[in-house]
Amino acid sequence: MNRRDFTNILGMGTAGLMLPSLPAFSRTVAPEALLETGVDVATKKRLADAAMNAAKSRGATYTDVRIGRYLNQFVVTREDKVQNIVNTESYGVGVRVIADGCWGFAAVVDARSEADTAKAAEKAVAIAKANARLMKEPVQLAPQKGYGEVSWKAPITKNAFEVPIKEKVDLLMEVNGAALKNGANYVNSVLFMVNEQKYFASTDGTYADQDIHRMWPLFTVTAIDPKTGKFETRQSLSAPMGMGYEYLQANPSDKVTGITTRYNKGYDMLEDVTAAAKQARAKHAAKSVEAGKYDLVLDPSHLWLTIHESVGHPLELDRVLGYEANFAGTSFATLDKWKSKNFNYGSKLVNLVADKTQVGSLGAVGYDDEGVKCKQWDLVKDGTLVNYQAIRDQVHIIGENESQGCCYADSWSSVQFQRMANVSLAAGKTPLSVQQMIKDVKKGIYIIGDGSFSIDQQRYNFQFGGQLFYEIKNGEIAGMLKDVAYQSNTQEFWNSCAAVCDEKDYRLGGSFFDGKGQPPQSSAVSHGSSTTRFNGVNVINTARKI
Amino acid sequence: MATILTEAEAKTLLQKVLSYSKADECEVNLSGEERGNVRYARNEVSTSGSLTNQNLVVQSSFGKKVGTATIDEFDDASLEKVVRRAEELARLAPENPEYMGVLGPQTYLKANGFFDTTANITPDTRAEAVAKSLQLTRDAKLTAAGFMEDRHGYSAMMNSKGLFAYYPSTNVNFSLTVRTEDGKGSGYVARGYSDITKLDTAAATNIAIQKARGSAEARAIEPGKYTVILEPTAAVVLLENVFFNMDARSADEGRSYFSKSGGKSRLGDKIVDERVTIYSDPTNAELPASPWSGDGQAQQKTMWIEKGVVKNLSYSRYWAQKQGKKPLPGPNNVIMMGGNSSLDDMIKSTQRGILVTKLWYIREVDPQTILLTGLTRDGTFYIENGKIKHPVKNFRFNESPIIMLNNLEALGKPERVVSTESDQNYLIPPMKIREFTFTSLSDAV
Repeated sequence: MNRRDFTNILGMGTAGLMLPSLPAFSRTVAPEALLETGVDVATKKRLADAAMNAAKSRGATYTDVRIGRYLNQFVVTREDKVQNIVNTESYGVGVRVIADGCWGFAAVVDARSEADTAKAAEKAVAIAKANARLMKEPVQLAPQKGYGEVSWKAPITKNAFEVPIKEKVDLLMEVNGAALKNGANYVNSVLFMVNEQKYFASTDGTYADQDIHRMWPLFTVTAIDPKTGKFETRQSLSAPMGMGYEYLQANPSDKVTGITTRYNKGYDMLEDVTAAAKQARAKHAAKSVEAGKYDLVLDPSHLWLTIHESVGHPLELDRVLGYEANFAGTSFATLDKWKSKNFNYGSKLVNLVADKTQVGSLGAVGYDDEGVKCKQWDLVKDGTLVNYQAIRDQVHIIGENESQGCCYADSWSSVQFQRMANVSLAAGKTPLSVQQMIKDVKKGIYIIGDGSFSIDQQRYNFQFGGQLFYEIKNGEIAGMLKDVAYQSNTQEFWNSCAAVCDEKDYRLGGSFFDGKGQPPQSSAVSHGSSTTRFNGVNVINTARKI
Repeated sequence: MATILTEAEAKTLLQKVLSYSKADECEVNLSGEERGNVRYARNEVSTSGSLTNQNLVVQSSFGKKVGTATIDEFDDASLEKVVRRAEELARLAPENPEYMGVLGPQTYLKANGFFDTTANITPDTRAEAVAKSLQLTRDAKLTAAGFMEDRHGYSAMMNSKGLFAYYPSTNVNFSLTVRTEDGKGSGYVARGYSDITKLDTAAATNIAIQKARGSAEARAIEPGKYTVILEPTAAVVLLENVFFNMDARSADEGRSYFSKSGGKSRLGDKIVDERVTIYSDPTNAELPASPWSGDGQAQQKTMWIEKGVVKNLSYSRYWAQKQGKKPLPGPNNVIMMGGNSSLDDMIKSTQRGILVTKLWYIREVDPQTILLTGLTRDGTFYIENGKIKHPVKNFRFNESPIIMLNNLEALGKPERVVSTESDQNYLIPPMKIREFTFTSLSDAV
């Protein structure tokens, strides 16, 4: 499922031409089916071995098998109505092989027997051999040691699928009620829960059983001014997280107080919607921004998306090499810039880290989708470009002999490829609070929450909006602004980074819908940062008269 | 059983499913499809795949309590099980005040969107089509990345009030980005058809080659307001954001561009230049579409914007009843009328302007005005005195398609295009627009 289909499922988007589609091959099921255990590990191993043996006997030199059971639950409401409760389950097996030096892939829905998986393996080998005729260079796969039979489980404390639907509906009804009571005309709210039960086996000797959970509570409130006919919205400041239902139990320590409350590892949906309704109403009276240069103070609930687009994507090695040229694009961060060892991606304060192990993040797993144990590595160190994100058939190009472990497929039915790890801006090393940061700003804008986003196909020029904008005048917050978007160039922007708050302010943001590939696949990824200041950024006014 | 059922086979299967129903009302949607694709990059095939999918959705209701269950196995036991599951879920569901009940039998227009030529594509056909393209780019010492995907399938539905609908269709989309070896030039082409015999990958590739070569050594010119000629591929990604917004409910609720103060909508207002006429018609031979909507309503030829005036907004059955209007489903295809001039004619008649091949990463900045941002990509050229003078660096724009259609200079001949944002096919003319707003430059190629 992509961003658009999801917007349609929620009915939060505009009237689409198409009906919302469910995740590939999913079937809707009763809620209790989401708690049933899937195929047991011993059976999975048997199914995987059958596929690997079949592929080998047909001439494959490498095989990996992914057995996946993907569960989703959406609870979708507006005002006083439940619009939709959708429970989906998708189960199947994908087999990837190298034969005659070429990749081949085939997938089979609902595979229950060794014959099913063996057949898929045979098909994958046939495809590999057919395509091998068109290849110039055989696939070069970085060596990977087998880990034997291993497992990994997301460290959640409350499985969201165990919480009764009624409790979820009651929460959303309470949230919607609070929105309407505090000035909203309309409110759409959603709980979106995911459980990926993934089993990976390869001829390197790894059998990894993993259990991944994700959770995303979200809303949009709309406030209408009947006199002017104008409308303003404010979306939730929650983050999609690699957590269970415990994300909805906010402790005081999870709350960051200030001009509006922001959230760390616990989210108070009721408190946020109450603030949102008032803020959407207040936006009607906010001052329209005067275009020009401003120092920007960016909250982590906003900055994650700028990191995603201007750092995460351009440092994907497959983009750099041209594999995504026809769709997502290539990258300005070319190999010569990396080889020079002195390409200033950002100012000295900028340290950008890729990490597939960060607790609570969307990208955290024990092993990636080609059996590589996950880790953390530097992309930009003290402002200099030092590395990319690469997988087993690419790492030799950047002189590494081990994959960085960031291979992912969004379903058992899609072929795995290089995807973005959690990419985050490291917190500042010297103590600095948001308040102290704002005190130093003479003419600035403080931006909270993510809004519209757009960046070119080589990741130079970008434009971002937000949810809340506050004018900063001589070290003080002067009031709310609207019609704000900033435009910059990736290298210029990161070199204008003038201060980063310390680790006490570090929080995660993220997306369920990072899109890439043809046919497109979605990946969930988090981006952490502390509040960060960028000097002299170009701000435009987005209001238009028609 | 085959994945793609004939009308008679679908009818028999659906009757069997309905025979198990014990609910007040039952409606069954059935679909099957086969897809195949080839992807290539760096002048080599990178991945290819095939996908077979079938699905049956049962919706059962008791009063206004509705339950839905889905299955992809069609043996008798599974069919009965899915009906029981839907009924079970309906009994547990809260009442849905917006549930309108199922429709009785409908009469549908005849639309022909299924072509055997496309349905019979083999992996060899695909490889051959791609090989023709690769040969040209390899010979030209340029680098190609492309994608070809075809689909054939059907949808059918039947309900306990006797409604039956069936529609088979085929489609093939081909897209290609050609880049110069030094990375200074990039050209794009996309084609979409129902009938694969219309797809000429070599001809399409030559266009992308020409754009790649022509766009190298681009010069920077100041951002600002320019006359632009938008090729259909560029225009469509802006226009579809207008189509997506043409829903009466959000307009009446005061939260769309189509809202007006005092709870009114722009229905009946002239919003754009009077040369703008946009309609839907499932029987259009160039862009055939299903003659029925997902809930079984008949699709008629419908004017959405006629001579610049908003003629219709879509009304769901619930919203229509609430507002005392006739229900009108959203369109299954969108066609914009144009003129007879070719792209070349439009360039010849331009004193000073910019030719735009493609727009990329389109996002809504302000829903109130449908203000959109995005960038030009893969072939942007400066026109002077009726001729293409030189390539220019890419721009970011901030523009509303509503403002743009008020600044209309000329329309060319409509052609079938694929939206690079939504993958939908449309019939859209190239268009010349004055005072199109470019707000910054990009170094991207």
